[in-house]
Amino acid sequence: MAQVETHTITALVQDRPGVLARIAGMFSRRGFNISNLAVGHSETPGLSRMTFVAEGDEWVVEQVMKQLYKLIDVVQVYDITAENIVLRELALLKVRSNAESRPEIMQLVDIFRANIVDVAKDALVIEVTGDEEKVDALIQLLQPFGLREVMRTGRIAMSRGPATTGPRKGVKPTIDHSAPDTEVVP
Amino acid sequence: MQLTGAQMICESLLREGVTVIFGLPGGAILPFYQTLPEYPDLQHILVRHEQNAGHAADGYARASGKVGVAVATSGPGATNLVTPLATAMMDSVPIVALTGQVPRAAIGRDAFQETDTTGVTAPITKHNYLVMDTADIPRVMKEAFHIARSGRPGPVLVDLPRDVLTERAEFDYPESVNLRSYKPTLEGHAQQIKRAAKLIRDARRPLIMAGHGVTISGAFAELKELAEKVQIPVITTLLGIGAFPGEHILSMGMPGMHGQAHNNWAIERSDLIVAVGMRFDDRVTGRLSAFAPNAQIIHIEVDPAEIGKNVGVAVPIVGDARRILHALAVEVEPATHADWLKEIDVLREEHPFVMPESDRLLPQYVIRELCEATDGRAIVVTGVGQHQMWAAQHYVFKEHNSWITSGGLGTMGFEVPAAMGAAFAQPERTVWSIAGDGGFQMTFSELATIAEHNVPVKFAIINNNSLGLVRQLQDLFYDRNRVAVEYSGNPDFVKLAEAYGIWAVRVTDKAAVRTAIDEAAAVDGPAIIDFRVEREENVYPHVPAGGSVFEMLEGPTPPVPSVPSVPPTSDEAHAWRK
Ligand SMILES: Cc1ncc(C[n+]2csc(CCOP(=O)(O)OP(=O)(O)O)c2C)c(N)n1
Repeated sequence: MAQVETHTITALVQDRPGVLARIAGMFSRRGFNISNLAVGHSETPGLSRMTFVAEGDEWVVEQVMKQLYKLIDVVQVYDITAENIVLRELALLKVRSNAESRPEIMQLVDIFRANIVDVAKDALVIEVTGDEEKVDALIQLLQPFGLREVMRTGRIAMSRGPATTGPRKGVKPTIDHSAPDTEVVP
Repeated sequence: MQLTGAQMICESLLREGVTVIFGLPGGAILPFYQTLPEYPDLQHILVRHEQNAGHAADGYARASGKVGVAVATSGPGATNLVTPLATAMMDSVPIVALTGQVPRAAIGRDAFQETDTTGVTAPITKHNYLVMDTADIPRVMKEAFHIARSGRPGPVLVDLPRDVLTERAEFDYPESVNLRSYKPTLEGHAQQIKRAAKLIRDARRPLIMAGHGVTISGAFAELKELAEKVQIPVITTLLGIGAFPGEHILSMGMPGMHGQAHNNWAIERSDLIVAVGMRFDDRVTGRLSAFAPNAQIIHIEVDPAEIGKNVGVAVPIVGDARRILHALAVEVEPATHADWLKEIDVLREEHPFVMPESDRLLPQYVIRELCEATDGRAIVVTGVGQHQMWAAQHYVFKEHNSWITSGGLGTMGFEVPAAMGAAFAQPERTVWSIAGDGGFQMTFSELATIAEHNVPVKFAIINNNSLGLVRQLQDLFYDRNRVAVEYSGNPDFVKLAEAYGIWAVRVTDKAAVRTAIDEAAAVDGPAIIDFRVEREENVYPHVPAGGSVFEMLEGPTPPVPSVPSVPPTSDEAHAWRK
């Protein structure tokens, strides 16, 4: 399968009821593919910060950003893909284990600098943070033991250095080509 | 000052300069209605269907430049507003819709007449609110009107749970709006304006394409100034009609699917398009990859999301059309473009827009007569279909703010309630509704309201006993396979008018057109003319959807053979019923 181009976009939005529904609705209505979405409070009371991973080329992503801006509750949008950023995701993984398999699992947990946060007779809950590839890799290695439940937060991102996320304000200049031809109503 | 939520709504409406509202009551919104008598300065027009309240508010807004207001109850009342909200959203019309909602405690429990109104209308409003605290009403109303009318205008819905309307709170109307997340850019970027001026200076075949944004921002004088100073011909999109005087030497007419052919050819040749307040709709561009292949584009638009959405742009300028056009007109150097204007004259000769000649009653003829009789100075409201396109092609407007049509959504039935709303907004002007027999029958229940208030709307029903534009599509692109387009059981519109006590006349003969129009105009109140027009007439030119200028059908060639299977006229249908 061809690699899909993805962009990491963060948005500062008003923390109001329905804002997530508005944003999600806009994405589906406009046919944008969002593979990942994480939301939480920001450093400013009343504002939430969202991280999206949008699939598509630059044209699509520019549209995503402009349409986000158009929503009254959206304060600021940044495409931080090209920047020097830290990407993280947190996952909780429940894996089958017994006395026999436990040491092997603990070894994997060690290598991945993950944590065991709960131990039962026949199961472990593992907490892992990192970029998606790292989380994917651990999941794959744990699969043979019997993975019972996977919970992932989705990607969050922040630029490195003293600058706060998104030095560029607004949407980058328009790219000079038209939208693809599509069928329209007769 | 302690007020109930309902009183707060009324106070807010008055502070926003509202004088007329269109609505229909029900249980959830009742507290608002019961309060209305305390506010005699708010004239409430009781409609027959909430859809019509919405379209009336739309027509009112377009004709007045003010915010239109529609009121409905919860559930079915609110869902009936869906079509007018979507219509207003597509055409950037400022409307504030107030809807009742079930009491707060009942929300989410599928209570009687509960609908998730803000959920349903989120994609078809510029913004919406569910008010959960009476104390929020002043701020919400202030914001709603501000959002509706500023930037790129649009509809805003305020959903009001019944108990929010009855509860009391302190009323303190805010002086100003402070929305950190909504600050439309109005002033064009000076550097971009300079770049645009440079492109204009270097262009040899420039065109201006003016859209609804010119009308909304009132940029008429500025557009004229720019066009005249640099001698750039002006094409007006469907909603841009009236933004530039139709009789001006530089006026080109409409582009696109049913635009005059010379415009599409001019666009094909142009090397620079100055697009103002328009959004490159597919009806305008046809196939994007074939649209204006030789042109660079300067896009002046208040909504940044429209820039680059459909066509690639060389110089984007975000902001208010009037301010930017003014700055641009100052910046550009005078030019004559004599060669290009000559070239366009040749295009006009090669692709003439001809008025078909016939002894029969042609719809185009009716519209030309209407234009003449009203001296091109009426407010014209249309439905959607052939009659709409003929009105766009044949009515030449001398005044601004006079052309009211559902362009983006293409909402049939718009012609009746929107005309009513326009007449409430401009009681001094003549309002003609050019209606399709199809669209008219979708919303003619409003004739009752029109009769009650003796609203002087004149209806010209372009009656072809069919869904004409769909019939045309079937004839041209589906091998004349006519399915579900013939209205053989249309009512007798003259008798229908009589039932409402409205003056009406039927016209079947070319010679009677002008007299009927003049008589209708002389009636003190509403009037209806049932024009029994030639049914087989098609709208030309016709660029097939998604096609290019090279596929444009400029006329009926090969000629359409006459078809024997015409539906009976309504007279015949009545005879047959007897
Ligand atoms: C509400 C709605 N339903 C369906 C359509 C599709 N449609 C577009 S034009 C048309 C025919 C309109 O007929 P009429 O109002 O008689 O006008 P005419 O084309 O005959 O002038 C139809 C059905 C529409 N635009 N709006």
